[in-house]
Amino acid sequence: MLKSADHFHDGPLTDAEVRRIRNDFPILDQEVNGKPLVYLDSGATSQKPISVMEAEQEFYEQRNSAVHRGAHTLAVAATDVFEDARATVAAFIGAAENELVWTANATAGLNLIAYSFGNASVGAVSEEARQFAVGSGDEVLVTEMEHHANLVPWQELCRRTGAGLKFIPIMEDGTLDMEAAAALFTDRTKVFAFTHVSNVTGVINPVVELTRMAHDVGALVVLDACQSAPHLALDVKALDVDFAVFSGHKMLAPTGIGALYGRAALLDAMPPFLTGGSMITTVTMDAAGYLPSPQRFEAGTQAISQAAAFATAVNYLSETGMDRVHEWEAALGQRMVAGLEAIPGIRVLGPSAGTARAGLAAFEVDGVHAHDVGQYLDAAGVAVRVGHHCAQPLHRRLGLSASTRASTYLYNTTGEVDAFLAAVAGVRPYFGITGA
Amino acid sequence: MSALDSLYQQIILEQAKARTGADLPNNQLSGEDLPAGTGQCHQLNPVCGDEITLRLETEGTGTEKKISGIHWAGDGCSISMASASILSEQIVGLGAEEFQAMIGNFREVMRSRGKLEADEEVLGDAAALSGVSKFPARVKCAMLAWVAAEDALGQTA
Repeated sequence: MLKSADHFHDGPLTDAEVRRIRNDFPILDQEVNGKPLVYLDSGATSQKPISVMEAEQEFYEQRNSAVHRGAHTLAVAATDVFEDARATVAAFIGAAENELVWTANATAGLNLIAYSFGNASVGAVSEEARQFAVGSGDEVLVTEMEHHANLVPWQELCRRTGAGLKFIPIMEDGTLDMEAAAALFTDRTKVFAFTHVSNVTGVINPVVELTRMAHDVGALVVLDACQSAPHLALDVKALDVDFAVFSGHKMLAPTGIGALYGRAALLDAMPPFLTGGSMITTVTMDAAGYLPSPQRFEAGTQAISQAAAFATAVNYLSETGMDRVHEWEAALGQRMVAGLEAIPGIRVLGPSAGTARAGLAAFEVDGVHAHDVGQYLDAAGVAVRVGHHCAQPLHRRLGLSASTRASTYLYNTTGEVDAFLAAVAGVRPYFGITGA
Repeated sequence: MSALDSLYQQIILEQAKARTGADLPNNQLSGEDLPAGTGQCHQLNPVCGDEITLRLETEGTGTEKKISGIHWAGDGCSISMASASILSEQIVGLGAEEFQAMIGNFREVMRSRGKLEADEEVLGDAAALSGVSKFPARVKCAMLAWVAAEDALGQTA
């Protein structure tokens, strides 16, 4: 049976409660290089609670079978698990069941959208699919803070179709230049794809305002919710976006499963990307008809056990309370940024302490390359990400090729943030760099 | 010595700052119109953004071929920069075949996961980089300049 954790209370999370949460994550209880592990790389991938691992195992031990086919009992049980999981994850973001498509991850979701738009842009296209077409004279708008996953697929779409690619620049503090944005939305804008939360600066974009600006010019809105769905209460209907994507592995679920949200009317009109089994109605030697969403976009055997475990993961988050998770991480993030700002030679990317931001901090250490920073922190047991975090244009804009990023989740304690800060303070002295 | 200290030996931290050979002018990064006997190679580690453009000059041909000059421009972690610097200090005057053998030996040590002892007779100061081999994620950093030099040498054939 799925474990019912004992840590679900009202009011803000506390260190005592987080210590109980940590009991559900056995991987966190270990030493690395002789030091207690301080895992601050959840922005890359999160750790998994026991209940999630058990959900996947339970599926294989008791229900494993192909879904949506076969008349036998196991096939029905597996289909129920698969579709119940869809309902759970859909509800988690405020969507209807038929509006949630399983994907491998957010990258796969973004490519699905971009390739489907591409399929609507070339060759014989149905009347209902024309709304997704882009071509010469049209523009796809992104932002300068995008992860490569929400940039390169659009570059490719533009290359294939002749559409132009524009971007909203960022300000020095990492936030979007809203004045520039206002001028970039024109009647040429057909698609606006942007991230909810920056994976580097922690900037939380004003989704409602941006979406309204895009809709005012008739553009379709694609939200990269990869760094928001795991960390704050997400309601796609309230945000009014047309599409949204996120990855399971960043929110306590296994790798190999993610989700794409799309308005039902849009998904049912959009040409499919991957075609083949499980997504068709009638197939002749010449042509095929396609099922409505979500099956329309789920060709081939899906990641069934992972979907089951994804549902367990979002239940874990829901029961803990997404508002509480967000508040806790925001507090950890503020503690981190304020602490980093107090260390000589450290420059935090993005908004300074006291300003709203997600529970992560990317920073530059004057005189020490990010790779060396990460190596030093690893020796202190602290796991962080180094490099460009799949956001080269953002780093280039901030005058860097790489940075070090520490990212929190609901299982991190204030003590861990302090251990991280103490380790960072040792970096420049170790490498013989002095001065502020 | 801790694993970290064996990775960041004093000589490596010093070489990372010294950057011997880092004098390739910005306007020559494209590597166009190189004279005979000269090769140039750009290497990028997309994981961390470490980058180097390295030019190798040679004299003579066949078994008589010698390295006569090395110039590079680059940016990266202390391991990649120290490695390029040590390489630059050591290889001028070496025979091309001798250098090729040195690259082979260095690569073998780097890929050994700490199992092979570096031979200072063969590698000179580059032996100090042997601590890198215990950190598989950093081997590419140490190899960056060497891979560029190997490619540049190949162009001089």
